[in-house]
Amino acid sequence: MKPKLILEKKAFELTITRLCYQLIEIHNNFSNTVIIGLQPRGLYLAKRLHAELSNILKSKDIKLGSLDVTFHRDDFRIKELIPNSTQIDFIIEGKNVILVDDVLFTGRTIRAGLDAMLAFGRPNDVELLVLIDRRLSRNVPIQAKYVGKTIDSVASEKVKVEWKETDGNDGVWLYTNEEE
Amino acid sequence: MTKLSTKHLLGIKDLTKDDIELIFSTADNFKEVINRPIKKVPSLRDTTIANLFFENSTRTKISFELAEKRLSADVINFSSSGSSVKKGETLIDTVNNILAMKVDMVVMRHPSPGAAMFLSKHVNSKIINAGDGAHEHPTQALLDAFSIREKLGDVKGKKVAIIGDILHSRVALSNIFCLQKLGAEVMVCGPTTLMPKYINSLGVKTEHDLRKALEWCDVANMLRIQLERQDIRYFPSLREYTMLYGVSKKMLDSLKKQIIIMHPGPINRGIEITSDVADSGQSIILNQVENGVAVRMAILYLLAGRTEE
Repeated sequence: MKPKLILEKKAFELTITRLCYQLIEIHNNFSNTVIIGLQPRGLYLAKRLHAELSNILKSKDIKLGSLDVTFHRDDFRIKELIPNSTQIDFIIEGKNVILVDDVLFTGRTIRAGLDAMLAFGRPNDVELLVLIDRRLSRNVPIQAKYVGKTIDSVASEKVKVEWKETDGNDGVWLYTNEEE
Repeated sequence: MTKLSTKHLLGIKDLTKDDIELIFSTADNFKEVINRPIKKVPSLRDTTIANLFFENSTRTKISFELAEKRLSADVINFSSSGSSVKKGETLIDTVNNILAMKVDMVVMRHPSPGAAMFLSKHVNSKIINAGDGAHEHPTQALLDAFSIREKLGDVKGKKVAIIGDILHSRVALSNIFCLQKLGAEVMVCGPTTLMPKYINSLGVKTEHDLRKALEWCDVANMLRIQLERQDIRYFPSLREYTMLYGVSKKMLDSLKKQIIIMHPGPINRGIEITSDVADSGQSIILNQVENGVAVRMAILYLLAGRTEE
């Protein structure tokens, strides 16, 4: 079966803008809030949100970091994982942290991310933002506060978020039966 | 590439260039981890590692132990003094007894060349060689090359002189293999009596004049004179050795370019290098020690994570 486009370019941009305004509604001018993108693909979304928020708020001080969770995963003997870089140049102690990932699936990555993040201090508040929530596939009790789009999919299906920075175009695709 | 081609780390000989590069890229990530406020990750929390040291060691032992603890592994330490080895127990018996206590990995240093290889054939556990006699010391070579890469950007095309007691040095042999695999040019320099007979078969330059070696190289790796391994006298006196092969600040300053000084430790200050050289800005000796932990974490992580086919 051909992959199905579940979020096309225009809707993609609108979704990101909507997520930004949702964040501003709660976090005002981001003076006590930081954004952390999970490596590798959550970082693309985090960067996009960061750019859009900086533009809307006309601010250059919104803090953005990247977090790699490889060493905190529970499945490193099952899958082969390549670690990525972590760069958090600010203190998260007492801050409100928005964790950002592209797709929320089993929740295990976020579980590892929460664990990894604690190495950088004790945040005041942690929220999760994802572009796609595959709500029927959770293995652990983790829920996102901000969601771009919720989809119902089975575990054998695959969701891929494409970014214009790396893949040439923005869009979210649903693959069935292990084709790609 | 996401995994090593070997199950054990017995020597640099068994590693491919891709293996070494994988270890380096993983070590880059661990270097970031050990500079965090909280330096520990939980990756190996289900792994027990035995450190078996049948020979004295300070740096390597602490470095391995630190690497293991920063990966959350459970660690048991064993050193041959004060153990049943002194009562005549064989190596295999000692190790099998330790493995019967369900240990997943063994880090071993032993005075006999090939001890790690021997062990890997007889016990069912992952073995890391932390130095076997005058044979290999793979983790040292990896951290040396990693430190050169960090300082100079790349190892390929760089000129590295290994100076001192080549004959008794496992560091020299592993360094030669490692640097050559990464595309560096290697020269060994020392008195004729401290050069092994097989040195020409390794494809390295040999030099007996220290000054010429220093003028040629980008990096000088100074080795310690291993008096404890010398059963006969290889040179008339330490003073004479120092006059011919000791590096002083004055000598470094008289060179046309700034070379990098490395030393695997322990330093005999005033013999192979003077104190002002060891403490100078050209020395990356303490960077080597810091990188040692990151490189060893990478090796432990990659070997422990390797799934069995």
